[in-house]
Amino acid sequence: MSSPVVELPEAQLRPLLAAYDASVRTRRLHTLLVLACIVVAMALASVSAEVSPSRLIENIGRFPSYIIRLFQLENGQPAWTDVAEWFWGLPRWLRLLGETLLMAYVGTLLGAVGAFGLAFLAAANVGPSRWLRFAVRRVCELCRTVPLLVFALLFVIAFGLGPMAGVLAVVIHTLGALVKQFAEVVENIDMKPVEGVSSTGAPWHVAMRYGALPQVMSNFVSYTLLRFEINVRESTVMGFVGAGGIGQDLIEAIRKFYYTDVSAILLLILVTVAIIDTLTSKVRHRLIGREERR
Amino acid sequence: MPGRPAIDLVAIRDRHPQHFARFDRQRLLTILTGIAAFALLLFGMAQLGFFGGTLLSGSARLVEIVGLMLPPDPGSWAHARTFGVALLETVAIAFLGTLSAAVLALPVALLAARNVTAQRVVRFFSRRSLDTIRSVDILVWALIWINVVGLGPFAGALAIMTADIGSFGKLFSEAMEAADRKPVEGIVSTGGSHALGIRFGILPEIFPVLASQVLYYFESNTRSASIIGIVGAGGIGLHLAEAIRTLELQQTSFIIVLILIAVALIDFVSSKLRFAMIGRRGAMA
Repeated sequence: MSSPVVELPEAQLRPLLAAYDASVRTRRLHTLLVLACIVVAMALASVSAEVSPSRLIENIGRFPSYIIRLFQLENGQPAWTDVAEWFWGLPRWLRLLGETLLMAYVGTLLGAVGAFGLAFLAAANVGPSRWLRFAVRRVCELCRTVPLLVFALLFVIAFGLGPMAGVLAVVIHTLGALVKQFAEVVENIDMKPVEGVSSTGAPWHVAMRYGALPQVMSNFVSYTLLRFEINVRESTVMGFVGAGGIGQDLIEAIRKFYYTDVSAILLLILVTVAIIDTLTSKVRHRLIGREERR
Repeated sequence: MPGRPAIDLVAIRDRHPQHFARFDRQRLLTILTGIAAFALLLFGMAQLGFFGGTLLSGSARLVEIVGLMLPPDPGSWAHARTFGVALLETVAIAFLGTLSAAVLALPVALLAARNVTAQRVVRFFSRRSLDTIRSVDILVWALIWINVVGLGPFAGALAIMTADIGSFGKLFSEAMEAADRKPVEGIVSTGGSHALGIRFGILPEIFPVLASQVLYYFESNTRSASIIGIVGAGGIGLHLAEAIRTLELQQTSFIIVLILIAVALIDFVSSKLRFAMIGRRGAMA
């Protein structure tokens, strides 16, 4: 019985197979070349970053032991056997967590209000002037590319140690990030309502208010909430440079090897971040749902 | 007015009362939320010391500081060289961290993807551990790794790697779940195993997506790598923090400009590469 698959005669098959092999070979060669480049780059980077596998292997045991010690009270018992001892600083930490949340809230809101005004100037379709747009965009790029902690460090010199430096750093960074996102939202709107309002002789700000704003508001709120989540995370480390919030206690605990304090503060931060994330994502989904029902 | 029909406002008002109500429920709710948000803002600003006069005096000092930062100047040729080397170290930290995280995250992502791992318990635990890794800040990871391998850029690279395993694991598994099911079914229908289905049905399809995510993270990690030096994990952050603390403000702005140039360069190259890859994928489809 012949096989169900029709096979080409040998003479026809050979050139086809050769062509297939050749094409596979070039692709393999390409992949190998890319891999070789990556390996060379990694080798160079390893020299620069002082990578030493032997040091890692020698000391890797310290990683799990550090994690284990985080959950071990001074008497050697696991931390959860004596929660009162583990979370001994709860009132103070909760107050600092509250301060952290307030920092993120004030920073996000002030940044969002600023971005709200600037976004209409930075959007290509409704912006009143090209030069203004260019200037706003470049300044915002600067604001979001410089890391948040660098702003915090600078503001600590100007405003002194404390949460205000942190809040202002959050404001600057939020402004930079949100103007870009807001402007993109504005650039995607339907222009007909704006034209309609303008055609009645309304000035620019009225056209924006009744033509553009209703289309962008829910997206603006959604992006702001997302930014709030990010800022809560960022605010928790602001204290590392003295700019307020729970970070100052966290870094002190890490530096002074108060192991259980580290785990207690980290757990509090994880829970807070998780709660904030769930709440904001609920609100965001409701907003998106309302948008779709329209 | 001639030619214009008289508008019977009363009739319209009677027909659509909801559009003429001064405050409908929705609007009232919006206004109340606004008031509450504003009150919380005022409370927060008062709590954080915004009304104490520091804001004004601080702003004046800030203007002064910005004035002293200009023009950017490394101070001496030796300083400029030190900063340049530190910048290269920063890029090296970001590169190593991003790449090793991508390699290590791939197997975890396989465990966390619904269409790859049928075992629900495994999936649950791999997802939760990715979430936990992601919620710990990169600076905290840096401090932990400093305890393991000592101060220096190696700890920084490990910190970026750890933090990114969390992000990549999530992104990669989402990319896998979004992949087309048909190639896998095709492979399984010819008698291929589940593993072969993943290797030849899912991975080739998602590879360009993964690579473009890795390139995107390389840029943002360069920014992270430029600050982990603040806690002693190598890179240019150490010099930056030092320059700010000793009020060498022209050096500070020089370093910031260096970082901005590096980030812009990497952004440019990575977006070119990403475009090339996604373009190739488009051509294949």
